[in-house]
Amino acid sequence: MVEIDALKKWIELFGEAVTENKETLNQLDSDIGDGDHGSNMTRGAAAVKEKVSEADYDNLSDFFKDVGMTLVSKVGGASGPLYGSAFISMAKQAKESDDIASLIEAGLEGVQKRGKAETGEKTMIDVWSPVASALKEDKLTSDLIQDSVENTKEMKATKGRASYLGDRSVGHIDPGAQSSAYLFESLLKAGVLNG
Amino acid sequence: MAKEIGMLVVSHVNAIANGVSTLLDQVAQDVTIKAIGGTEDGEVGTDYARIQEAMDAFEEDKVWAFYDLGSAKMNLEIAMEATDKAVRLFDTAFVESAYTAASLIQAEVGEDAIVSQLDELKIKE
Repeated sequence: MVEIDALKKWIELFGEAVTENKETLNQLDSDIGDGDHGSNMTRGAAAVKEKVSEADYDNLSDFFKDVGMTLVSKVGGASGPLYGSAFISMAKQAKESDDIASLIEAGLEGVQKRGKAETGEKTMIDVWSPVASALKEDKLTSDLIQDSVENTKEMKATKGRASYLGDRSVGHIDPGAQSSAYLFESLLKAGVLNG
Repeated sequence: MAKEIGMLVVSHVNAIANGVSTLLDQVAQDVTIKAIGGTEDGEVGTDYARIQEAMDAFEEDKVWAFYDLGSAKMNLEIAMEATDKAVRLFDTAFVESAYTAASLIQAEVGEDAIVSQLDELKIKE
């Protein structure tokens, strides 16, 4: 089971990671998209921090819901509804289970439902999916996360803004996959999995 | 007098949304058309909160939604999950299909006939 304090730490670390790497994410997005992924996620992270840092939560579901709705409302780009739907889906699942593997699996389903993408389409799903599988076996590592991001480089985008580039999207890391990697690196660092 | 169906046009850019709305007004004086574009601070993007607010504020029970790019669609879908309105989302060429729909709603052509005409303009999934 997971504790709310550890989850808050997770989201806080994620916010710090996207903020510190704002230019990296913007650059990745400039290569194959509209160049604002880092700025959008940084804006979203600041709004989430303001919303949840001082709030008291007596259940996981309310916490995830606040994170999700804030991201939907404040991020601005496509990553808002996608990350937001992940956390809103996790909020629903948190009413049934507090197991992190099942929560992340629900998050993945939320992203897939919203974005209608499958693995191999050069999107954040290409990180979320292997991470969800690894968590089920209690085998999530930093290496697995990094490899998943790296794998997006050779994929051709068929969903999302990068799909307009077709073959020209090959050779670039997907920015949403990179920010998702920060999310799951933060999950490792926050000690959520030690609970 | 307002028609049975209202129209919601969503773009990543406020000027595009308002421009499309201006274009539609030419052929649909009596159709309620709401245009939402850009983020709340006027940047390029889409804004869930304003989309939701506009959708819920229609006096018409039926709302037809038209959008430019993918994240506008995703925000519209989230709003649709939360609204009481009967919203229909069109994955069609933004300007052409909104114009077609506006003309035909104004002319009170039957819903099914309009939808089948719009089907030919479907270019998004």
